[in-house]
Amino acid sequence: MQKDFILITLADDDEDDRMFFTDAFDELKINTVVNTVNDGVALMNFLNDPESILPNIIFLDLNMPLKSGMECLKEIKAYPKFKDIVIAIYSTSSSEEDIENTFVLGANIYIKKPNHFEKLKEVLSEVVTLNWQYITSGLDKDNFLLRM
Amino acid sequence: MKLFLKPDTAFLIKKILEEKLAVFNVKYNLINTNEILFLESIDTATSEKIAVVLNEYGFEIIENQKNIIVQKIKETIIEMIFNEETPAVKSSVYLAEKLNHSYGYLSNLFSEVTYTSIENFIIIQKIEYVKKLITHHNLTLTEIAFKLNYSSVAHLSSQFKNTTGITPSAFQRIIKKRNEISNQKIN
Repeated sequence: MQKDFILITLADDDEDDRMFFTDAFDELKINTVVNTVNDGVALMNFLNDPESILPNIIFLDLNMPLKSGMECLKEIKAYPKFKDIVIAIYSTSSSEEDIENTFVLGANIYIKKPNHFEKLKEVLSEVVTLNWQYITSGLDKDNFLLRM
Repeated sequence: MKLFLKPDTAFLIKKILEEKLAVFNVKYNLINTNEILFLESIDTATSEKIAVVLNEYGFEIIENQKNIIVQKIKETIIEMIFNEETPAVKSSVYLAEKLNHSYGYLSNLFSEVTYTSIENFIIIQKIEYVKKLITHHNLTLTEIAFKLNYSSVAHLSSQFKNTTGITPSAFQRIIKKRNEISNQKIN
């Protein structure tokens, strides 16, 4: 009765990055269904639309116009109806303070944007595979912290 | 008087499934009369309830044989780790004996269904247990390393860091801060 694919929402204002990500997901072994939004406001609109099917993971760029990734993270964490969604932050910043801060605010995964496509695929594959174990093996999502 | 009926079974099945699934408020697609694809994740409790409701109408839920074996492998590993039973033999031998299949067979099957290896799954579960001990029991790393038979705290820390990308003490700190924030909200 388990569904055999992972629903992913990607919020990033950079068109090239969005393309890289969707291409990388296409090449993974685990089936993914990816939808993308261009900024934080669009993300929150999508999540709050009762017609939307909520994703398993949201990949959230920290630097976005209109509403930053950090603001989205806080909003998402404020509503119990989003409690099952895993939040993966990805950013070019690798400041220890930023990273720890997002974890404290409830992010599960922190990815430093890789420079190469191959590396990106590797990282995403690891993230999605580990997340799959959380979905299928009853691991405690509150303890799910991963830094790549 | 006599009525002659020509039941449309496909229609009936669809109708029953739709009515019975409506109460669960989950999004799904009826692929055909013997396959339902759920579009969101269903927890075990709900999936059991669905099975009971559908059983009443004569629907038997067929679980895939492969999934059953994989489930048993997972349960055996989780039991082994969470009960702190360190088997006298290597875990590969232990699993093979316990489940009555060769390790090669189990290992291939496991990777095919779960997308990860048995070895990796054991490490994930071990680290999961370490996290539980840190958060729920407030044990120090030295105590945990000793309890779980790690040769040293350094070995435990490096396996934790390799698996999660953060150190056990950073993990501890983050969880503590999260709890402080949620306690503030309650008060």
